[in-house]
Amino acid sequence: MEATSHAFKDNVRRAIVDPGLQKALGMMKTGFQARRLAAIEKLPEFEQLRDVGRDIKNHVLENLDFYLERFERKVTEAGGHVHWCRTAEEARETILGLCRKACAKTVTKGKSMIAEEIALNDFLEEKGIEPVETDLGEYIIQLRREPPSHIIAPAVHLNKEDVIAAFHKSHTHLDPGRPMDDPHMLLDEARAVLRPKFLAADVGITGANFMIAETGSTIIVTNEGNGDLTQILPKMHIVLASLEKLVPTFEDAATILRLLARSATGQEFSVYTTVSTGPRRPGDLDGPEEFHVVLLDNGRTDILGTEFQDMLRCIRCAACLNHCPVYATVGGHAYGWVYPGPMGAVLTPTLIGIEAAGHLPNASTFCGRCESVCPMRIPLPKMMRHWREHEFERHLAPMAVRSGLALWAWLAKRPGLYRAVTGLAARVLGLLGRAHGRYGWLPLASGWTGGRDFPAPEGRTFMSQWRRRSGG
Amino acid sequence: MPAASPRVGLFVTCLVDLMRPSVGFAAVKLLEAAGCRVEVPASQTCCGQPAYNSGDRRDARDIARAVVAAFAGFDYVVAPSGSCAGMIHEHYPALFADEPETLAKARELAGRTHELVSFLVDVLKVERVDSAYSGVATYHDSCSGLRELKVKAQPRRLLASVAGLSLKELPGAEICCGFGGTFCVKYPEISERMAADKAEDVRATGADMLLAGDLGCLMNMAGKLQRDGSAIRVRHVAEVLAGMTETPPIGEPGG
Repeated sequence: MEATSHAFKDNVRRAIVDPGLQKALGMMKTGFQARRLAAIEKLPEFEQLRDVGRDIKNHVLENLDFYLERFERKVTEAGGHVHWCRTAEEARETILGLCRKACAKTVTKGKSMIAEEIALNDFLEEKGIEPVETDLGEYIIQLRREPPSHIIAPAVHLNKEDVIAAFHKSHTHLDPGRPMDDPHMLLDEARAVLRPKFLAADVGITGANFMIAETGSTIIVTNEGNGDLTQILPKMHIVLASLEKLVPTFEDAATILRLLARSATGQEFSVYTTVSTGPRRPGDLDGPEEFHVVLLDNGRTDILGTEFQDMLRCIRCAACLNHCPVYATVGGHAYGWVYPGPMGAVLTPTLIGIEAAGHLPNASTFCGRCESVCPMRIPLPKMMRHWREHEFERHLAPMAVRSGLALWAWLAKRPGLYRAVTGLAARVLGLLGRAHGRYGWLPLASGWTGGRDFPAPEGRTFMSQWRRRSGG
Repeated sequence: MPAASPRVGLFVTCLVDLMRPSVGFAAVKLLEAAGCRVEVPASQTCCGQPAYNSGDRRDARDIARAVVAAFAGFDYVVAPSGSCAGMIHEHYPALFADEPETLAKARELAGRTHELVSFLVDVLKVERVDSAYSGVATYHDSCSGLRELKVKAQPRRLLASVAGLSLKELPGAEICCGFGGTFCVKYPEISERMAADKAEDVRATGADMLLAGDLGCLMNMAGKLQRDGSAIRVRHVAEVLAGMTETPPIGEPGG
């Protein structure tokens, strides 16, 4: 998808006045948070589990080459194939090649953020292959031809009316007068439309929540069971995953699974946890004839060893989005690319460049809530600050911000002058503002006074009063 | 146990110095009442957070170095702000990771730097204050104090001892008010919307006064409440704890 992160401010302005979006965001604000809290309160060792999860991922990142090779060996032993792809383009071409080999006309897809990252659907369509999203949220936004706005709830920006409209527009073979006001009716309708697509698909593409080095298995978690049908029914199963999804053992995956659903939806476990190990074996009742893992780097190994390495611990639970007051205000599309919210603010600049995504790490109050809920203890605000440092060093920040800051810092390093200048400003603003106590408008401060009053200072600074009091 | 009469360096904070000195005097009063000898180093200006959070590490380090020097030798350093105290406590050591000599000093300073109210309760073991306020207050937990310094129960505990004051909990008290330092002017639309949500929660409590421990957040919330025509008074928690409520509330006209 074309990134609009550079136009973040315009996206924000539109989002804030979009009544449908604001209604949908209002609905999601409390639900995720309350459910997560209830789930972790029932698990006394949750905080220790976070440490263990962090350590597992750190260990993998320190030994990534070893575990990747081991994973590949095990996949091959199980009869599957691993395709190493350095870039999004390589991954797309590899998948296209596999689809062509399977003579695929349609492919079903489980939910995959990596597929969004490499813009797989548009690419396959261009090449004459129909991709069918099978996760309900993904299916809805595919009908609407828009990207997901949330990494686990892709259609969270929509209301029921939007879904009804999308189904009316797309499911033209159904009676236009059919009742649709109950969400269950919509669910049944989607299920009925998707069922034949599952059966007709030549290839099934899923993501992976985990890749397990000791067995060459991949794991997906879903709540709808669509992933199982996607990967079991077609002749070929392609797993598309970025390389940091690796864990050494099943035990490690089980540990992190205890964190994942609780942090994401507040469930103890997702409804379906599906393990794939190679293609169908002799005697198996079902399963694909071919099993391929498309392993994507796409800049991740460049992050290794940098101040952004911790980001590769991310398990895509979306707790940071669900607790971010900025995300709750503007929604996911405003971020302008695949990954929104705090994790996106750190990850997106690594993938599309800080020049294009500079707003994202800046649009944070550093309130720290994201880090406080991250199951993998990723220091998100710290890494957003690192991006700001990169911007500052490369003079990418807006001129007004940089020069204002430079002047202030220059003054702050000269206490005598600082006192004279700020003392005068405080007195003038205090004097002029005394009658009302506040300003409804101030020159150079329209950002503040556009929607808020600015309290007038009391007048004399503390330091000048203190000097007088102590007779200095 | 703290020394009988600890020598405390007051880090006034730039906002309190310029905007609302009465918070500084309230801090001095509370500290002195708890037995401290309070001094105010004259060379202090700011903790450097605006530079640090804007990616300007060099200026942040220069300013931090000056703070480290200005506050050498005090038993404790106390700020009426979780944000500025958090900057010194959490981030100064990170700033000097590659400067061993300054790092040692920054760590040493970080170890004796505290936010005002948590210092009174956790270090000085103050259990009650001698002050009165007649009315219903609600309290917003400013982010840095809450998450970096674990300031949560301490202000509530001392507010409970203020005669005549009843505290009504604010729903979503731990959600950011939208101030965020330079964020509030860099992304004013988001900031203002967050402030509006906060103002709505504050009004819903029915309290007549909103308190918090950080002046930036307080100015943001007061500005939004007043723009909306609300009569809710907004004050720094130290003013109420010190019984210094004769000054007009934030953003209200003086006498």
